[in-house]
Amino acid sequence: MSSHYEAPIREPLVLGEKSYHDISVDVGAPVLGKANKSWWIVFTIALVAFLWGLGCIIYTISTGIGVWGLNKTIGWAWDITNFVWWVGIGHAGTLISAVLLLFRQKWRMAVNRSAEAMTIFAVVQAGLFPIIHMGRPWLAYWVLPIPNQFGSLWVNFNSPLLWDVFAISTYLSISLVFWWTGLLPDFAMIRDRTKSPFQKKIYGILSFGWSGRVKDWQRFEEVSLVLAGLATPLVLSVHTIVSFDFATSVVPGWHSTIFPPYFVAGAIFSGFAMVQTLLIIMRKVSNLESYITVLHIEYMNKVILLTGGIVTVAYITEYFIGWYSGVPYENYTYLSFGAATGPYWWAFWALITCNLIVPLSLWVKKLRRNIRWTFFVALVINIGMWFERFDIIVVDLSKDRLTSSWAMFQPTFVDIGTFMGTIGFFFVLFLLYARTFPVIAQAEVKTILKSSGESFKRLRAEHGDDHSHVQTVEEYPADAGPAANVEGKHFDTVFDDSKEEDSENNEVDYELHRGKIDNLLSGVGIFDPAVHKQDDLKMINGVGPVMEQKLHQLGIFTFEQVSRMTDREYDLLDEIVSEFPGRAKRDDWAGQALTLKNKN
Amino acid sequence: MAATKIHAIYTDDDLLMQAVKQTRSANYHISEVFTPFPVHGLDHAVGIAPTRIAITSFLYGLVGLSVAVLMMNYMMIQDWPQNIGGKPSFTFYQNMPAFIPIMFELTVFFAGHLMVITFYMRSKLWPFKKAENPDPRTTDDHFLMEVDADNHDVEKLTKFLYDTGASEISLIENEQDH
Repeated sequence: MSSHYEAPIREPLVLGEKSYHDISVDVGAPVLGKANKSWWIVFTIALVAFLWGLGCIIYTISTGIGVWGLNKTIGWAWDITNFVWWVGIGHAGTLISAVLLLFRQKWRMAVNRSAEAMTIFAVVQAGLFPIIHMGRPWLAYWVLPIPNQFGSLWVNFNSPLLWDVFAISTYLSISLVFWWTGLLPDFAMIRDRTKSPFQKKIYGILSFGWSGRVKDWQRFEEVSLVLAGLATPLVLSVHTIVSFDFATSVVPGWHSTIFPPYFVAGAIFSGFAMVQTLLIIMRKVSNLESYITVLHIEYMNKVILLTGGIVTVAYITEYFIGWYSGVPYENYTYLSFGAATGPYWWAFWALITCNLIVPLSLWVKKLRRNIRWTFFVALVINIGMWFERFDIIVVDLSKDRLTSSWAMFQPTFVDIGTFMGTIGFFFVLFLLYARTFPVIAQAEVKTILKSSGESFKRLRAEHGDDHSHVQTVEEYPADAGPAANVEGKHFDTVFDDSKEEDSENNEVDYELHRGKIDNLLSGVGIFDPAVHKQDDLKMINGVGPVMEQKLHQLGIFTFEQVSRMTDREYDLLDEIVSEFPGRAKRDDWAGQALTLKNKN
Repeated sequence: MAATKIHAIYTDDDLLMQAVKQTRSANYHISEVFTPFPVHGLDHAVGIAPTRIAITSFLYGLVGLSVAVLMMNYMMIQDWPQNIGGKPSFTFYQNMPAFIPIMFELTVFFAGHLMVITFYMRSKLWPFKKAENPDPRTTDDHFLMEVDADNHDVEKLTKFLYDTGASEISLIENEQDH
């Protein structure tokens, strides 16, 4: 029997006293519940931005590319900057789901689903730009090698822009099936848990009739592993091919062999920053703090730190080679009036500040584990990586070999509006996803619960590494009749320490605590049987029949009341009901009650 | 032919593993196991053969590579051997460096997609397929082992399964199984 051993030095990845069922409930809650007001507000803003962007795109296509700020010297600016930026953002998702799978990183399981969703949605945004930046986008199908009536006129396979077509479409489609295959068991969970016939129908279709047979799981795991093995070189190749758009050119500053690995490192850097931005909000909004923990955030910060370091080394290399090459053009681009001190000095220094200096703060453990600071740094990196692409593209183009062709670039409102529109579209997709998809791969998290769950780690610490989490067969006496081994009859679940609760002597000393009780009720609100409906407080993990009785005696009857509890109320409760000190806080009753309340 | 089966439900994956091993060593035939998540080593314990899906993927990858080579050789070297920016279009190998990105991408494309399609077909998964897990709780936190009871004493088998720690045991009779 496996003992689910894990080194005690590792911090738990699933916090709280979670059971398999709790995971299903927590992951299913946002899907099975209703959207709250803030979701609608954010969704509306994103939708408006998207529609505005759509207007800009239609205006561009119907009027001409001249509505953008491009000129004869600078033929690529915001369009390709945004393209590379979005593709880069997409890379973290594949990195988390594929590379971390190959390295057997358990912490990826809570974040991979959302990271992959981010990949898909970011690549969709990226995919818009190669189309809309065309002068004649209605002829875009000419990039495909389709037999035709022009004597079968083919495409030219020497161009990195054509490689882009193959790379991006392969990347998007492979990411999509990888993501979808992983979703099948989770859709099946929603299908089997929902009570609404409409949802049952929809998730029945989405889950492809997944039944969870042992053979299905065997194939599923093999398919995931092979796809991870394919996606890893894919993720490296896709951004490599994107970097070829520049690296294979003859433009000083672009023609550089360092671009492929350097772009990939930058992609992971910016992609992880975007994952942080999204997950820090999502864990709060969807009540997933037990699964996406500070540890996950710290691990991602470490990846940011590593790839940020690689990017820094690349910047320094570029500078060194610019000087070392002895080529005046290279030297010029990088040193004299080029990037750092030329007319685009502000973009250059924005890049240095955002990508080199600010992320250095993550070396400090305290800041690395600080959620607010992480959020700030992640935003800064997203800005910095946009400037990196802008600098590479625009600065190097603006002052090329012939001084007579030097020019500056000024974006128009259409450039900006299109970019805003893709951000809006991205969030529209992501917000819809967060409401309809299981945002955590619950089937995967369940596989690590016994090795990395907080409660199981505690059990191992208390009872030794080889402590089995199940009762052995001998403990199921056959003579007790059928179902004698049902939980609670012959053994208690490991999550329940109701033994501690003494059903005798269950009176709260009302007189003694009158002041504290009043104080407590003032914090959580008073229950009025005329307007409120009593909830089953036992649904909160950690509240047993005895505790419920005590809460009732105090005047707490609803999830609403429990959800308002803060540290102050927890302390008061501990003083009044002294049997289980710290219990309410440890189990996060307020958070649980909030989830339960929203579900009703 | 009436097929009699027994569904034994377990509430823990370790317990299920143990039960599967005991059932196999008692020479009962496990016809199916439904679990909410991949239980490591369960396929081995149940005794099903390893999957060959990775081998198919390799072969599909070779197909993709061939498609890429044949396509580009035909279009760039045979059909229209043009001079595009001084690239040597006389033979395939002379201009091969420019073809490598697409050779790679098509290899991955074919290997990935055809393998996934193979998986869906072999496991019989498609959009309007009806789910076949006998108990909806098996996608949440219950584990169901299905044991053939046709040639066995049901009483004895039930007692046996009960001793392995099953929390629910039910007898299933399918009138028309085939």
